[in-house]
Amino acid sequence: MSQQQPSMWEDLPLFPDSASTLAGQVDGIYLFGVAVAVVFSLLIAVLILYFAVRYRRRHADDVGQPEKTITWLEIAWSVIPLGILLVMFGWGAKVYFAAMRPPADAVEYFAVGKQWMWKFQHPQGRREINDLHVPVGQPIVITMTSEDVIHSFFVPAFRVKADVVPGRYTRVWFEATKPGAYHLFCAEYCGAEHSRMGGTVYVMEPQDYQAWLSEASPVEDRVLSGEELFAKHVCNTCHYPDSAARAPLLAGLAGSEVELADGRTVIADDDYLRQSILNPGASIVAGYQPLMPTYQGQISEEELIQLLLYIKGLEPAEEGHGGSAP
Amino acid sequence: MSSETTTRAWGLDHQFDSLEQQREASFLGMWIFLVTEIMFFGGLFAAYILYRWYNHDGFVAGSHELDVTLGAFNTAVLIGSSLTMALAVWAAQVGRRKLTALYILLTIALGLVFLGVKVIEYRAKFEHHLFPGPGFEWPGPEPAASVEMFFNLYFLMTGLHALHMIIGIGMLLVLAWLAWRGVFSPENHNLVEGMGLYWHFVDIVWIFLFPLLYLLGRNAGA
Amino acid sequence: MSERQGLRSLNYLNATVGLKSWLLTKDHKRIGILYLIGITLFFFLGGAMAVLIRLELATPAGDLVQPDTYNRLFTMHGVMMIFFFLIPSIPAVLGNFLIPLMIGAKDLAFPKLNLASWYIYMIGGGFALWAMLNGGVDTGWTFYTPFSTTFSNTYVIATALGIFILGFSSILTGLNFVVTIHRMRAPGLTWFRLPLFVWAHYATSLIQILGTPVLAITILLVAAERLFHIGIFDPALGGDPVLFQHLFWFYSHPAVYIMVLPAMGVISELVTAFSRKRVFGYKLIAFSSIAIAVLGFLVWGHHMFLSSQSVYAGVVFSVLSMLVAVPSAVKVFNWTATLYQGSISWDTPMLYALGFIGLFTIGGLTGVMLATLGIDIHVHDTYFVVAHFHYIMVGGAIMAYLGGMHFWWPKITGRLYPAFWSKLSALMVFVGFNLTFFPQFVLGYLGMPRRYHAYPEEFQVLNVMSSAGATVLGVGYLIPMVYFIWSMRYGKRASSNPWGAVGLEWQTPSPPPTFNFVDSPTVDHEAYDYTVRPGDQKVA
Repeated sequence: MSQQQPSMWEDLPLFPDSASTLAGQVDGIYLFGVAVAVVFSLLIAVLILYFAVRYRRRHADDVGQPEKTITWLEIAWSVIPLGILLVMFGWGAKVYFAAMRPPADAVEYFAVGKQWMWKFQHPQGRREINDLHVPVGQPIVITMTSEDVIHSFFVPAFRVKADVVPGRYTRVWFEATKPGAYHLFCAEYCGAEHSRMGGTVYVMEPQDYQAWLSEASPVEDRVLSGEELFAKHVCNTCHYPDSAARAPLLAGLAGSEVELADGRTVIADDDYLRQSILNPGASIVAGYQPLMPTYQGQISEEELIQLLLYIKGLEPAEEGHGGSAP
Repeated sequence: MSSETTTRAWGLDHQFDSLEQQREASFLGMWIFLVTEIMFFGGLFAAYILYRWYNHDGFVAGSHELDVTLGAFNTAVLIGSSLTMALAVWAAQVGRRKLTALYILLTIALGLVFLGVKVIEYRAKFEHHLFPGPGFEWPGPEPAASVEMFFNLYFLMTGLHALHMIIGIGMLLVLAWLAWRGVFSPENHNLVEGMGLYWHFVDIVWIFLFPLLYLLGRNAGA
Repeated sequence: MSERQGLRSLNYLNATVGLKSWLLTKDHKRIGILYLIGITLFFFLGGAMAVLIRLELATPAGDLVQPDTYNRLFTMHGVMMIFFFLIPSIPAVLGNFLIPLMIGAKDLAFPKLNLASWYIYMIGGGFALWAMLNGGVDTGWTFYTPFSTTFSNTYVIATALGIFILGFSSILTGLNFVVTIHRMRAPGLTWFRLPLFVWAHYATSLIQILGTPVLAITILLVAAERLFHIGIFDPALGGDPVLFQHLFWFYSHPAVYIMVLPAMGVISELVTAFSRKRVFGYKLIAFSSIAIAVLGFLVWGHHMFLSSQSVYAGVVFSVLSMLVAVPSAVKVFNWTATLYQGSISWDTPMLYALGFIGLFTIGGLTGVMLATLGIDIHVHDTYFVVAHFHYIMVGGAIMAYLGGMHFWWPKITGRLYPAFWSKLSALMVFVGFNLTFFPQFVLGYLGMPRRYHAYPEEFQVLNVMSSAGATVLGVGYLIPMVYFIWSMRYGKRASSNPWGAVGLEWQTPSPPPTFNFVDSPTVDHEAYDYTVRPGDQKVA
């Protein structure tokens, strides 16, 4: 980009790249907003200038005409803007829901933000830092959390953004439509190197993505797998693979309904599993004693993700086939 | 400044036209101040509601650690002090100088009793390692973090309330001295009434704190 | 000194002399001037930081200052400009000076409290300055947790304490205004005869009274977590970082209206005075101020559409934010309609007022875009937001503040300032402002996040334009500083009513006597009654 000074104006972009299915929807409501803003700003500016010239004071003692009350006019300019505003609200809410609700066939990626880097994990297990490779035409949902302060995942070309909050999972989804390299920014101020916490999202053709996945990971893999972590923390002392005698069965747990000791029923989603590892006493499953110790501070966010993936991958063992899972 | 002052009532500040106006202004000012106080405590109450929702079991367990007898005793003490404060205002209204000062001193005494009981309660929490921070220990089955959150809010809310009591007692001391010197009259005792409002407000905050911290959760069972 | 022999009647400036007579004054007019000195200091401090920020951003690489330094610069810029300049600017200077004059009172209801508020402001400012001189704070003016409570190792507590103390100044000023407006009005001055400036300050005071205490408790909780590790906001200590955002914005969104409502009040005065015409739709403007104050408390969640709050909360906050735009739009239309068939002079204050209407319109409409959920996804936390709130706060509040200063300066000091220079500076402020902040809308949609010390190269041209505009804007702000000071000694004497405006403040000498009016006024007509020519008016 910084070659021998092309014309300065060639470096002046006015509109960002569009590379996701959402981009067109956001651009649509944005352009509508711009149109409303331009029309009303021009209307006011022209009227002000016209009145200021047309009714300029010609003699030092002049006074203006007495004011007339025109009720219908006042009602009109209260109600008409309200109507336009409600259109913007409704349209905007529609786009927001589309952006906030990943489609059912979205593939789950994971991300952990920390001062000042992004760590991504692909569903196939490959991990990378700051850069993210994704296939074109595939809805992708990224489950994100932070190890320290609040960050925000922002890819302008996709028109998506979501805060990454410590202590909980947030989600962002997109479906890339155009191969290329796009900026990834952290949009929530997070400390000294905030402006350098980012990288590039590479959108690839599916076959290129497959090829890329099979390359050796450049990231040195220091994180144990979920299975290894399960063994390391001796979770199987209580969570037997085939018996719910001491602790709830984990196979088939993810996504199911769980009845708690205090009568509530919850869905065992990522947040529930995460909480149950870190703060088990908070939601005891009906019929069990609060025996499980807390793992707060002993398991990193990245390890939690591995455990989560492990638990979610466990096949429900059918009655009579006990003992097949290790 | 010159011509008007000849007919001005004693104790009437320069910006007002009449004692009536001055009295109404000082009253309205005090009420508005109390509204700001409500908003101030409101932030804490919002946090309490949210964290009670998050940490229900911990809050119930924490609430059981508090001494209801001492809390109830303190509630009675504070209500008593509100009564003596109201009597002080009445004494000022009817222009009884010494009685006004006496009732204010009684109010101070009851306020000090309240704070004394609070010190006993705080010390017990320290001894049982229930003070939030690195020394916090919770042996029960409930998650320690949840119980600690209860005690975070317990100390913040009662501490802020106690701070209001201490400031109030300081101001009451000055007020008692002024009353003894005969500064107030049946026509102009706005300061006594203003302090009365403040004291009742602090009392009412406690009336909310007591059930929220001591009682709520007791009937929910363990 | 030929004027010496003119020995004017005693006024509030010369009634007593000496530093002590100023530092112990209970006169609302003198206290207004004390505030003026304080806020001007913070304005130029905050401005100097803005200059450094724009210099740094002239190149994509972070090459002028270290990232740490940059973060402190934008944080201190925000803290100084918002808490120590904008929030007190119009209310504490012009409101203090004018409200008793406008309602025909001798002073505010609580003059000692008023002086105490100024001292509280200065003490708060002292803490903030101390923190700044020791290296500053780097959390952003928003103090988001857990960064501010656990991770930042700068002077968070000192700065927060400064803001906490300052808050009481704001609360007490609001309290003083409300009581004054309720209880101190001149005989015959009914609510619907009040100047709209007073209505606007009444609405502002309500926000100061109801909102500021919530900020105070929030700061206390941040301090408790930072000092004693009492976990409230840090998830590592069992807290919820998003609760902080709720509490913070519960104050800090309405705080935007603390800044802009008084500005709207100023504009209503300027537009009527320089059109010599009663304002169009008086009651609608008065009620819209109250509506903005009330609705302003229900929209804080629009800062948090992407913070992991529920999508349904987002929808509710979005629609409420749309509603708050209606009273703002109404005001703009009503001011424009006031010009119709007026007798419009192009004096400096009017130039600022017309500039305000245009810039505020753009600021408001882009605010509507931000409240639109689908747009916010993309522009949230980008330069689009930066541009939007500078259109409201600089294009709105500061334009109105300067317009008001130019309007009432003859009343405050009894002197006139040079017309040519003041018009030139008004033009420079308007042009410089647009050049600085309009490119930032484009930058925002391109995706440049805010609070970035370094940025990708393709954003450079727009950033250079913005930095160039900032120099014009900076000079535009310095010129009035010079001629205002010059005019205090060399400016022409002002008559009691140099603009031919109605309103009680113009019926007393310039500068006014200590107790404001020689004879206590009574009011028997509505505000902005321009049915008689100024020449025929009775002279006080």
